[in-house]
Amino acid sequence: MHRESIPRVVTKLLFPFLLLFALYVQFHGELGAGGGFQAGVIVAATLILFGLIFGLRAAHLVAPPWIIETMIPLGVLIYGGVGVAGLLAGGNFLDYFVLDHDPVHGQERGIFWVEAGVLITVSSTMVAIYYAFAGRGR
Amino acid sequence: MDIVIAQFSNTVTVILMVLGLYVVLARGNLIKKLIGLSIFQTSVYLLYVGPGKIIGGTAPIIAEGFDVYSNPLPHVLMLTAIVVGVATLALGLAITVRIHEAYGTIEEDEILKKDGDA
Amino acid sequence: MAVAAAIARTRNLFAAVALGGIYSFCMALALLVLDAPDVSMTEAAVGAGVSTVLLLGALYLTRIEETPNHRIALTPLLVSVVAGATLLYGAWALPPFGDPAGPIHQHVAPRYLNDVVKETGVPNVVTAVLASYRGFDTFGETVVVLTGGLGVLLLLRGRRRPLSKGTAPIGKDAT
Repeated sequence: MHRESIPRVVTKLLFPFLLLFALYVQFHGELGAGGGFQAGVIVAATLILFGLIFGLRAAHLVAPPWIIETMIPLGVLIYGGVGVAGLLAGGNFLDYFVLDHDPVHGQERGIFWVEAGVLITVSSTMVAIYYAFAGRGR
Repeated sequence: MDIVIAQFSNTVTVILMVLGLYVVLARGNLIKKLIGLSIFQTSVYLLYVGPGKIIGGTAPIIAEGFDVYSNPLPHVLMLTAIVVGVATLALGLAITVRIHEAYGTIEEDEILKKDGDA
Repeated sequence: MAVAAAIARTRNLFAAVALGGIYSFCMALALLVLDAPDVSMTEAAVGAGVSTVLLLGALYLTRIEETPNHRIALTPLLVSVVAGATLLYGAWALPPFGDPAGPIHQHVAPRYLNDVVKETGVPNVVTAVLASYRGFDTFGETVVVLTGGLGVLLLLRGRRRPLSKGTAPIGKDAT
């Protein structure tokens, strides 16, 4: 159990910072390089690293499979929901200008939610695929 | 010699593409074929992003003090293509795993032989 | 390129996967040099991280060595070389690298670059185009990712059915 102590300690140290970096990439993506896709794969890579080092069972405790599998369609629904919100507010599908009184603020709000949907779908899909492959082996 | 420098990015793209094509065509192993497919795919990234670069330009993030930016459109397309690419790669690998469970091999000619026997 | 050539040569699939990770990382660096930090970041995380792990997982479930075949694959080689020569011939007529007057920079890109802050208030043009101007495309891509994930789950989630030795499991009951 206590072989490979160096990878374990390093992973424990890195884990919160990697997640924090993913959040930074997500929310700072409008100003610098980044966005939903990048943050999504970083979150997924972090969880996969955790699963590789500590085993599948520990990863299942951190991110239970049913949550992951709920998150996959949830992200698409958020994305589509933004589009429908634009429809309800009187614009076209995926029209962000109508989401706020000020068109520019509406754009920012729309982009934020769309990116959130992308983040959720991408990260959870990658983790779910990893779970599927890793769970197959036993 | 000038044309070689001017077309360097395209030349690298073509060579990578051909390498990927060769691996897909010549290797019977299904996982090897998938790796070849991803090489092909990365050459397409280069094909898109390469022409979008302007010499002396900078990354397409609007900031004061910069006037020349690379073309953002290929970046957007390739960004989504990479993520979709890994999803399709995973799908291909999943099919490969199922094939291995059904046939006991992932070599193309052995699979065809088993199909012929059955 | 050298790494890609090594991938094509090696028989050991484990080495091929490891080389694939290195190759992805080189590609991420190349993309960074080409002023595409967003794409580079994604490629580094996906190519060198996620897909390497997935390939290793698939290798664990199948087997590591590729069976050597000694005949030289002449037809694929010929097809590849001919295709490559044609592509090179075509590629040399393209506008030179880094030329701001190239047709790719004349169409919609100037509008994106000039109006993006005014219209969306987001300085990262890639994010703005991704989520706003081309929102439909990105929606489609997200759905494709969803579909891929669902396909993998459908293929791999079920219990592994025990194979009875000696009988051909495929073909008998399928036909």
